[in-house]
Amino acid sequence: MLILAIDTSAVASAALVSDDTLESLVGSFSTEDTRSHAEVLAPGIEALLAEAGLTGADVDAVVTGVGPGPFTGLRSGIVTARTLSFVWGKPLYGLMSLDAIALEVAESTDAAPEFIVATDARRKEVYWARYALSDGQLPRLLDGPHVGFAADLPELPVYGAGAGLYSDVVKAVPGFSSRQPEALSLGQFALARLAAGERLLDSTPLYLRESDAQVPGPRKRAL
Amino acid sequence: MNSPQHDRPLVLGIESSCDETGVGIVRGTQLLTNTVSSSMDEHVRFGGVIPEIASRAHLDAFVPTLREALAEAGVTLEDIDAIAVTSGPGLAGALMVGVCAAKALAVATGKPLYAINHLVAHVGVGLLQTDGGGPQAFAANALPANALPENLGALLVSGGHTEILRIRNITADVELLGSTIDDAAGEAYDKVARLLGLGYPGGPAIDKLARTGNAKAIRFPRGLSQPKYMGTADQPGPHRYDWSFSGLKTAVARCVEQFEARGETVPVADIAAAFQEAVVDIITSKAVLACRENGITELLLGGGVAANSRLRQLTEQRCNAAGIRLTVPPLALCTDNGAMVAALGAQLVMAGIAPSGIGFAPDSSMPVTTVSA
Ligand SMILES: [Zn+2]
Repeated sequence: MLILAIDTSAVASAALVSDDTLESLVGSFSTEDTRSHAEVLAPGIEALLAEAGLTGADVDAVVTGVGPGPFTGLRSGIVTARTLSFVWGKPLYGLMSLDAIALEVAESTDAAPEFIVATDARRKEVYWARYALSDGQLPRLLDGPHVGFAADLPELPVYGAGAGLYSDVVKAVPGFSSRQPEALSLGQFALARLAAGERLLDSTPLYLRESDAQVPGPRKRAL
Repeated sequence: MNSPQHDRPLVLGIESSCDETGVGIVRGTQLLTNTVSSSMDEHVRFGGVIPEIASRAHLDAFVPTLREALAEAGVTLEDIDAIAVTSGPGLAGALMVGVCAAKALAVATGKPLYAINHLVAHVGVGLLQTDGGGPQAFAANALPANALPENLGALLVSGGHTEILRIRNITADVELLGSTIDDAAGEAYDKVARLLGLGYPGGPAIDKLARTGNAKAIRFPRGLSQPKYMGTADQPGPHRYDWSFSGLKTAVARCVEQFEARGETVPVADIAAAFQEAVVDIITSKAVLACRENGITELLLGGGVAANSRLRQLTEQRCNAAGIRLTVPPLALCTDNGAMVAALGAQLVMAGIAPSGIGFAPDSSMPVTTVSA
């Protein structure tokens, strides 16, 4: 099974993963910055396919990170995934973006049995979720995702860029303190969960915050 | 392998710069479909377009609107010769959805992609033959090169913009003669409608009520009409062809409060009529002035406020008096839509202009001098 995975909840990234390949990696890319998704994503995907000598017809499913993440960036990946899935006529699945880091934690040497993944939610807040790990199993989501202040997180080791930003108030795990969700881990997680017969999400974005719109109050006096 | 049909290319256009998700399909200058999904209802309780709500709606509306447009036109994505998308100007987050969707479409189909200027697309719509094979707006005295008449101007009035353009060549030479320096005209309508308790969108509500009011009962100021802004034809002032509506909005608020302070009933219909007269008077007088002083003899009226009965009436009257031929496309093509984007895209293909590729960034303040990125 060949999956094209996309995540734009923080950085822009895409990956081709397959259960026929070693480490399941066919190709991947990710950007450094979090603000140029519209420019880099489509060219990146086009290059991924070209370098692998593949076309949409070879892809069996499209997977997109559904956040949480800053809205505009998040939508760029989801609308890309929805459009590719529609044109290619291939199934589309969603995965919570923090799962990408959770899988990397599970595969690392300093994994805690219970832990938090946190990313930058801007406005002095983090997006976070709580996971449990048992030997040889995929990480299991216990709680979340939520958005809130880092100081209010449960007292557990915290992995991801959200921990690095607030290492003064949380137990940030050093090797992960600038880690962002990326499509490669997300795609690998999707592959593993599909192989285990688990159901994935649909592509509905997890905004976690309202649109900030205010219903106008009574008219202000102009005099 | 098929060679691209440069004479009558099949172009799919995508629009998401404000609160309409539009997908239109044209073949050359023939309109095949104009499918629009609007999030207008979701903005009603806020009294204006909320960018984040519009962006969320674009994300969910895009694929269904695309599917519907293809079905309605009876074509497949394989048949399409090129894709066009609004790249700016507009709301940044809203543009992003359409641009990313268009790029994904280009990657998945391998079709060329054009990043298009929204304002110029409003003019491009004048080139379409509308359904039923009706007359093409500019058929009478069109230039063979780009099918548009010589000496063409466009007056665009909507909730997002108020501009007067000069178009020498729709694919290569467009000039901004004047524009609003603060609110768009449609925005002023929304704000005043809220002041008067008339609901959203403000344009239709004020237009309807104004018919029962006396426009001469009150005189509201015409923004940027003083000599220091206007100057003369030889020595134009800093805002000769520009508009400003924020002072007008304040004047209306002050007027309402004065009635209230005196304990009198607010003459809502008269205020609506006088406000509308002030807006329409200054828009049309400056637009016609710009036309006369720039040798423009053909004017296209576009944008959602083209639906306003008084604006159409006064524009027609003043254009006639000045010897300017006025064209108003059907209303469904005046409001934001994908067909206008496809129409301009088709012109670019026919002119042999190179596509934009998929590396461009949307530009929320794209200038009209950039017809395509
Ligand atoms: Zn418009």
